[in-house]
Amino acid sequence: MTRALLICCRVVLALAVAASVASASPQKAASPKPPSNDDCLACHGDAGAARADGRSVAVLPEPFAGSIHGMGGLSCVDCHTDLAALTEYPHAEQLQPAQCATCHDKAVAAYGQGVHAQERQSGGKLAAASCADCHGSHDIKPSADPESRTHHARLLDTCGRCHGNDEIIKRDKIAIGNVVDLFKDSIHGRALIKSGLSVAPTCTDCHGSHDIRRKRDPASTVFRNTIPATCSSCHEGIGREYWESVHGTQVAKGSPLAPVCTSCHTAHEIRRSDVEGWALEVIKECGTCHEHSLETYRDTFHGQVTALGYARVASCADCHGAHNVFPKSDPRSTVSAEKRVATCKQCHEGATASFVKFDPHADPGSRERNPTLYYIAQFMKMLLLGVFSFFGVLMTLWLGRSVQLKAAGEWRRRKVDDSAEDGE
Amino acid sequence: MSVQVPDAGRLTAHTHYRRFSREERLLHGFLMFSFVGLAFTGLPLLFSHEAWAATLARFLGGFESAGTIHRLCAIVMIGVFTVHLSRIVRRLFGQKDLTLLWGPTSMVPQPRDVLEMVAHIRWFVGAGPHPRFEHFTYWEKFDYWAVFWGMAIIGSSGLILWLPEAFAYVLPGWVFNIASLIHGEEALLAVVFIFTFHFFTGHLRPEKFPMDSVIFTGRVTVKEMEEERPDEYERLRRTGRLDELASPAAPRWVYRLGRTAGGVAVVLGLLMVALIVFAELK
Repeated sequence: MTRALLICCRVVLALAVAASVASASPQKAASPKPPSNDDCLACHGDAGAARADGRSVAVLPEPFAGSIHGMGGLSCVDCHTDLAALTEYPHAEQLQPAQCATCHDKAVAAYGQGVHAQERQSGGKLAAASCADCHGSHDIKPSADPESRTHHARLLDTCGRCHGNDEIIKRDKIAIGNVVDLFKDSIHGRALIKSGLSVAPTCTDCHGSHDIRRKRDPASTVFRNTIPATCSSCHEGIGREYWESVHGTQVAKGSPLAPVCTSCHTAHEIRRSDVEGWALEVIKECGTCHEHSLETYRDTFHGQVTALGYARVASCADCHGAHNVFPKSDPRSTVSAEKRVATCKQCHEGATASFVKFDPHADPGSRERNPTLYYIAQFMKMLLLGVFSFFGVLMTLWLGRSVQLKAAGEWRRRKVDDSAEDGE
Repeated sequence: MSVQVPDAGRLTAHTHYRRFSREERLLHGFLMFSFVGLAFTGLPLLFSHEAWAATLARFLGGFESAGTIHRLCAIVMIGVFTVHLSRIVRRLFGQKDLTLLWGPTSMVPQPRDVLEMVAHIRWFVGAGPHPRFEHFTYWEKFDYWAVFWGMAIIGSSGLILWLPEAFAYVLPGWVFNIASLIHGEEALLAVVFIFTFHFFTGHLRPEKFPMDSVIFTGRVTVKEMEEERPDEYERLRRTGRLDELASPAAPRWVYRLGRTAGGVAVVLGLLMVALIVFAELK
C-alpha cells in the first residue's frame, strides 16, 4: 500500500518536473526534451515497480550501469524510442519493442533472414528467440565478457534454454530435438565444457549468430554442400584433403549424394574416430551408396568380424582412406596398384605383390569379376544341395520305416526273418 | 534301447565282440571334441549377419579368443588326421596289409556298397528285404570319406587363411578368396551333415536311440553283431576269427563317459543345426 503510494508520489513529482520543463521552454513544445535516465529510473529504478497486473517493470540501476549500453552512456529512450516524445506520465502500457536496429542495423537485418525471425513472423512459434532472448535486455554485456550470455563459454547454455529444454522442444516441435544434450557428449562439447578450450566450437561457430538459417536453405552455413567449407574453417588440412577427394569434387559440383563431413561424423554428437562403435557405423554409411561393395565386404573375414561388432580388422576407411578417397585408378588412391602393398602392410606386415592379389571385394556370384571363384562357388552350391537333398530323403525314408516297424512291435524279429515279413 | 549298461556279474563273460581298437576310439574322441570346438568358433563368422552370431562371439570371449580356440582345435584335428594317415601308411607299407584297399574290412567303396544302398532304399519303402551288411556299411563309408575329404580341404584352406603372408610366397593372393569360400562352404556341409545324418544313424534313429555307444566302448553285443551285420558275423564264424574278437563288456565308466560325451555333442550339434536352419529360413 505504502509502495503504491510512493510510486504515485513519484509519478506526480515527475509530471510536475516535466510540466515545469515544458512551460519553461515554450519554443520547444513541438519536440519536448526527452526524459533522462533519471526520469525513467525515478519509477523503474524501484525493485518493486510493477504494472497494475503485478508484472514487474523494474530496471535496476546497477546492472544497467554495468552493461555495455549503460557504460556507453546510452539513455533509455535511445532504445525505447517511442518514449522520446513522452509528455504524459505514466506512459502507456503497450510500447514498441526496444529498437536495436537503430544502432545494430546490420545484425538486425541478418537476424531478419534467419530461422528465428521467420518463425516469429510466420506467427507460429512466438517463443522463437529475439535479440533480448539471447543477449538479455538491460544488462547486455559484450560477447568478449565472460559474464555475457553470448560469451563463447556460456553460449551453449543460452541456446540451451530452448534447444536443450525438452519441454520447449516438445511444445514447439523443434525438429532436430535436444541437440544441446547430443553436443555436450561430442568431442567439441567435451573440449568446450570439460577442457574449457576457447578454440572448441560452440553453436554459433557452425550456425552463425544472427542469420542462423535452416539447413535446407542454400545460404546456410550448415547447408549440406556448404558443411565442408564450414568445418574447414577450423579443420583446414582435412578440408584440403577432402576437397581433392572423389567425394569433395562431387560435392563441389553440387552432388546431393556424395558424403559431406556430417554424413560420417554426424552433426552434433561428433565422436572421436578411434571410438570402436563409430568405425562400425561408418561402414553402414559408406554402404548407403556403395551397396554392392558392402555386400562383398561382408563376405570376407574383415566384413564378418566387423559385423560381429569388433573394429580391430579393416573397415572401409582403413584401406580406402577417410578424407582422401580416390578411385582406385587414381595413383593417389590408397588402393591403387602403386600403393596397395603399403596399404595392406599397415596390418599385414609381410604383405607382398603376390599377397595383394587377394580381392577384398570378391563376388562369388560374378562370372566377370571372379571367374574361378564363380565356378567353385557354383560347384560348392551343387555339392551342398546334392548331399543335403540325397541324405535328407534317405533319412526321412529310413526314419519312416524304423518308426513303422517299431510301432508294429516287429523290431526284434525283423532281422531274423526279413523276407518272410516283407513277403518278397 | 541299445545302450545297455551291463550288470557287474556279466562283465567278465564274453558277451561282446571287439569292433574298434583303443587307438581308434581315442582318435574319434579327439576328432569329435575338436570338431565341435571348430564348429562353435567358426559359425559366428559364417553367420556374422545374425544376432545370435554376435552373442555367440561374445560368449566365446570376442572374435580374437574365438579365433584362438578355433586354431587350438584345428591343431588337435590336424594331429588326429596325421596319426590316422600314419596308421594307414604303417598298415599299407609296413605290414603290407592289402585288406585296407579292398575287401569287406576296407573303407574303399565297392560294388557291394551300391547294391546294399539300393537294397536299403528298397527296404525303406517296403519293397525288399533288409540288406545283410558287412563290417562297414555304405553310409559309414560315406561318413568316413566325407570327413576325410573335409579334413583335407578345410584343413588346407584353413592353414592358408591362418598364415596368408607365408602362403603368399608360393600362392597368388586370389587363392585366399578361394580358400575363404571353400573353408566356409565345406565347413557348413560338414557341420550340417555330421549334426544331422551322422547323429541320425548313430543316435536318433529308433534302433539306436538314445545312442550307439560302440565308438566309445569299442564293442558290440553278440546280438547286435548277429542282427546288424549278418554277413560279417558269417564271415568271422567261417574263418574261425570270431573267438579272437570275443570280449567282455566295457567297464562301466567307459559307458558313462561315452554316454556323457555323446550326449553333450548331440545337444550342442543340434543347437548349431537349429541356429543354421533359423538363419537360412529367414
